[in-house]
Amino acid sequence: MAIADETTLRVVLYEGEGAATLDAAERVSTLTTLLEKGYAVTCAGEGAVAPADDSALLVLGRFENGQAPEAEDANGKVAIRFRDIDGLDSEGITALVETERESSNAAQHGEWKPWFPVIDYDRCTNCMQCLSFCLFDVYGTDDDQGIQVQNNDNCKTNCPACSRVCPEAAIMFPKYKSGPINGDVVSDGELNREKMKIDISALLGGDVYQMLRDRSQRSRSRFSKERSSDKALGERTKCLTKLAAEADIDIPIEVLQSLPGADEIAQKAAAANARAQAVLDARQSG
Amino acid sequence: MADKPRILFCHCNYAKVVPEEVKAGVLKSLCKSGQAFEAVADLCEMAARRDPALKRLAAGEEPVKIAACYPRAVKWLFGGCQAPLNAAHTEVVNMRELSAVDAAAAMLDESVTPNLPEDGSVAAVEGEKKI
Repeated sequence: MAIADETTLRVVLYEGEGAATLDAAERVSTLTTLLEKGYAVTCAGEGAVAPADDSALLVLGRFENGQAPEAEDANGKVAIRFRDIDGLDSEGITALVETERESSNAAQHGEWKPWFPVIDYDRCTNCMQCLSFCLFDVYGTDDDQGIQVQNNDNCKTNCPACSRVCPEAAIMFPKYKSGPINGDVVSDGELNREKMKIDISALLGGDVYQMLRDRSQRSRSRFSKERSSDKALGERTKCLTKLAAEADIDIPIEVLQSLPGADEIAQKAAAANARAQAVLDARQSG
Repeated sequence: MADKPRILFCHCNYAKVVPEEVKAGVLKSLCKSGQAFEAVADLCEMAARRDPALKRLAAGEEPVKIAACYPRAVKWLFGGCQAPLNAAHTEVVNMRELSAVDAAAAMLDESVTPNLPEDGSVAAVEGEKKI
């Protein structure tokens, strides 16, 4: 199942009429544990909460006489389950919720670090640089030939490379360490800096791989008599690590190591370029 | 009462970019306050799933306060999922930049200072900017 197709179980921590109030420490520990397991929790209290939608609700509370009420949505759209948590600590509550999640087919969380590009459409000019740069088919276009993120789980964790080729600093990775890639404001200086970094695209597409090929040729002759896969891998790792450091491109070594061979990269790059060009041509003729 | 902002807290589960003590401090203050609030494990993950819950969280006429990270990122996490936040009524409290005390105070302050960026203009930044 694609990650985009999954839904979240909404948990409601109920402390209103017919239920006991949790003390603040219990509330904190219960909430923290549930959040760490990936659940969305509504804490009922004074003031408004977000309106209901059609997703399932799991209502937890310390209900009177330990008896969880039964109720149903008046419109029949929302599945509502009540569960009594009296006597359960935060771990016990989490286990209860996990059981309910499994039976509701809601998403299991924490299996994938949510690392993917977020486009700032206020800044994006649909230049398609990102589409032509990414080798992993993360980007695509919508019906109006506008850029969009289509396969976010194809994105390589901790790799911000596409944000560095964006001439408008319009691509964010909210979990990145520093701005403007993390979503911080974009200053004049940073915008110029981002524009300069477009050269990395050429570097990745050309020079780096030429250097790899040259180095590979040299090492091939060196290892020709005693070649082993371990040595070849070691050489490749050493080379990539050095290149990553020298070029200051901030692409994790794991990502560089996982790149396909130079020929396949050239093919993928050509295909991505063709896609981007086709979109630009279609927009121009439209 | 009607104008009291709704509160949304993001626990930013899957990275250590929001300091642990800030997340914990803000959550503790919200729990103590008696205010109703929504807490989500990770807005990024919800956006990645295009979780329909984002529409629920963005819906409604009330002002909204969101404890998360940078306003520009939060705006487009929602916006990219066709769940746009109302820029006129939304304040994002940045737990990456504020202390726990300041972030909690900002969340529990009933006044809302809308701070979502409204266009792509370059910010006026004085002095050395961290990279």
